[in-house]
Amino acid sequence: MDLLNALVTLLNFVVIPAASYGAQLALGALGVTLIYGILRFSNFAHGDTMAFGTAMVILFTWWLQGMGVHLGPLPTALLALPFGIAVTAALVLFTDRAVYRFYRRQKAAPVILVIVSMGVMFIMNGVTRFIIGVEEIRFEDGERFVITAGEFKKMTGLAEGLAFRSTQAITIVTAIIVVAALFWFLNRTRTGKSMRAFSDNEDLALLSGINPERVVAVTWIIAAGLATIAGTLYGLDKAFKAFNYFQLLLPIFASAIVGGLGSPLGAIAGGFLVAFSEVGFTYAWKKVATYVLPDSLAPDSLLQLMSTDYKFAVSFAILIIVLLFKPTGLFQGKSV
Amino acid sequence: MSNQLRNILLFGFVGLLIVLEGTTTMGGLFGGSWNTALGILNMGLISAILALGVNMQWGYAGLFNVGVVGFVALGGLAPVLIATPPVAAVWTAGGAFRILFALAFGAAVIGAAIFLNKRMRGKARALAMLALLIAGFFLFRAIFDPAVTLVEGYQPATHSNIGGLGLPVLLAWPVGGLFAAGAAWIIGKTALGLRSDYLAIATLGIAEIIIAVMKNEDWLARGVKNVIGIPRPVPYEVDLQQSAGFVEFAERFGSDPVTASTVVVKLLYALLFVAVLAIIMWAAQLALNSPWGRMMRAIRDNETAAEAMGKNVTRRHLQIFIIGSAICGLAGAMIVTLDSQLTPGTYNPLRFTFLVWVMVIVGGSGNNWGAILGGFLIWFLWIKVEPWGNQLMQLVTYGMADGALKRHLLDSAAHMRLLTMGLVLLLVLRFSPRGLIPEK
Repeated sequence: MDLLNALVTLLNFVVIPAASYGAQLALGALGVTLIYGILRFSNFAHGDTMAFGTAMVILFTWWLQGMGVHLGPLPTALLALPFGIAVTAALVLFTDRAVYRFYRRQKAAPVILVIVSMGVMFIMNGVTRFIIGVEEIRFEDGERFVITAGEFKKMTGLAEGLAFRSTQAITIVTAIIVVAALFWFLNRTRTGKSMRAFSDNEDLALLSGINPERVVAVTWIIAAGLATIAGTLYGLDKAFKAFNYFQLLLPIFASAIVGGLGSPLGAIAGGFLVAFSEVGFTYAWKKVATYVLPDSLAPDSLLQLMSTDYKFAVSFAILIIVLLFKPTGLFQGKSV
Repeated sequence: MSNQLRNILLFGFVGLLIVLEGTTTMGGLFGGSWNTALGILNMGLISAILALGVNMQWGYAGLFNVGVVGFVALGGLAPVLIATPPVAAVWTAGGAFRILFALAFGAAVIGAAIFLNKRMRGKARALAMLALLIAGFFLFRAIFDPAVTLVEGYQPATHSNIGGLGLPVLLAWPVGGLFAAGAAWIIGKTALGLRSDYLAIATLGIAEIIIAVMKNEDWLARGVKNVIGIPRPVPYEVDLQQSAGFVEFAERFGSDPVTASTVVVKLLYALLFVAVLAIIMWAAQLALNSPWGRMMRAIRDNETAAEAMGKNVTRRHLQIFIIGSAICGLAGAMIVTLDSQLTPGTYNPLRFTFLVWVMVIVGGSGNNWGAILGGFLIWFLWIKVEPWGNQLMQLVTYGMADGALKRHLLDSAAHMRLLTMGLVLLLVLRFSPRGLIPEK
């Protein structure tokens, strides 16, 4: 029995990766849930908005690097983020003007808006590929590790190492800052309050003199910001590839629905729930079990519940369970 | 111009496009080869069938299925499991039987869980179900894993799967439909009756999972190692070229035997596909104009009113969702038969799900003729936009100096397809939401 080593292994392979992945999902799901709450449709283009935003951030990162600007130990991409967000926000505002506003005025059924968002997804996907191509791009620079496995072993004298990559640290810290700022905005500012009012009851909000176009525009800008940040963090952590962002749609929607569509708090909880289940179900628990169990009980097999290729199946299973037993989600979102 | 005439002209236009592709190059706009023209025609026929399936779900009933690619892939499994010869060694060694037993056991566990869910209440139910599912899962893996190792270990370079039944490949087409219907039943049972977006997300998910299973479960259909040489319902080109009668036949048309054999094989496929399309179209038109079709449209247009009239909306939705998905599965089996290979890596949602949606919406949702027209037209565009985009880019970059920008622009012409399809979809939705051939 060696609980300390087991704990370190668990932290290294499950808790830290799942926490950073969960933060990325939560940011993505927040965008989806905000759009759902205010504009009342599931935005299928969100994954490709993330991809587009990340592509913009990569371009600006290259530009900054070319000018010799560096952030020292931090990745240059963080400096490029505001530029990327600005371009992405401009694009989604243009999309809203050119595409969505027409259907909003018509009071079209939500499902029509979903199909429209599918068309937007096609175009955004094409534009992203057009601009940056389909290859895998790594754009992280600066310090790679906060602490490497070797350093940790030397420091503590334990048999197991704990590697904490700087991208994981940055993901978690950024997510906390962004979520805190978002909640402050939604709960304390006038615009944020008008957004919540609009989400709760559109007619009442309109009666009390809230300008719907302004609320919608602010929502799109925030969603673009969240998408760009989530996409950049995911790209820093893993790598940028346009198609991967399309595939992120499923876990992101699962997170948003599990938490309850339209509920920001639910989106965050859902993101972490989905991430921890994905990692937990696809991790081979053999090492941890060997440390915890007495020698006579040590397992022979990998103790892996599912191969990592089926991680989508985990988010899907969670989605189905929630749909079957609690269709409004854990935090009582909207259900029409 | 009457509607009838307009529709005939639209179909004539698509026919003309295919004929032009076959006969002229017109400065590089068309291929000028009957081989590519018939290739487009064949996939166009299959696309039309796919579009009919999705049109039933969307046009008749207003169901939003974003998992078409999953049903197509599942249908594609059928030719492998039906038509390829069985791998005798893994059956005699018991590996294959054990896999079947494990799957049956897994199904039994899920059945028992559903039974518990219905019979018990409260905390006891949750505990009992959890215990059953966890124990069932580990038992399943204990039976399943050794059998899979055995099957996948058998001649990995050529087999490593359980093979098929060695039956005629045409039988696989309806079986492919059945496979897809089964998956649709499971999804429909969980997601129908909830809000409309949920069905979209659930189908998106099931499609991802079906494709993940087909890529990774090597015992089933060799995963990404692909199955090639699936038996065909038509003669092989090589055999035709060697038969004296055929060579004589080709010479009478003044063409060499190699080209003639490929064209004849493609024509035979086209005949088979036309037959299937005609049967489905006939049935679909009959259904649409029957009381059942009227009920479906009534439900689509006003669910509350239809429910008040005593119609069981959820049940009808489930019914049509299964039928539409089965047609997609049938088309999937036809695609695999046409290619005579199964390559799970090629099932891309953009290509199979969203493209079919563009076909339905451009053609005219709710109208079967529209779906068929959309299938042909959009498939033709999908094939031709890439070479056209290349030519356009050549033209744009003609005066440019060689450099990174020119190279980038030339390379990115390949991505024009998605852009064009998205643009076509948005334009049609905005300016002509009822499509080219609107619903009556």
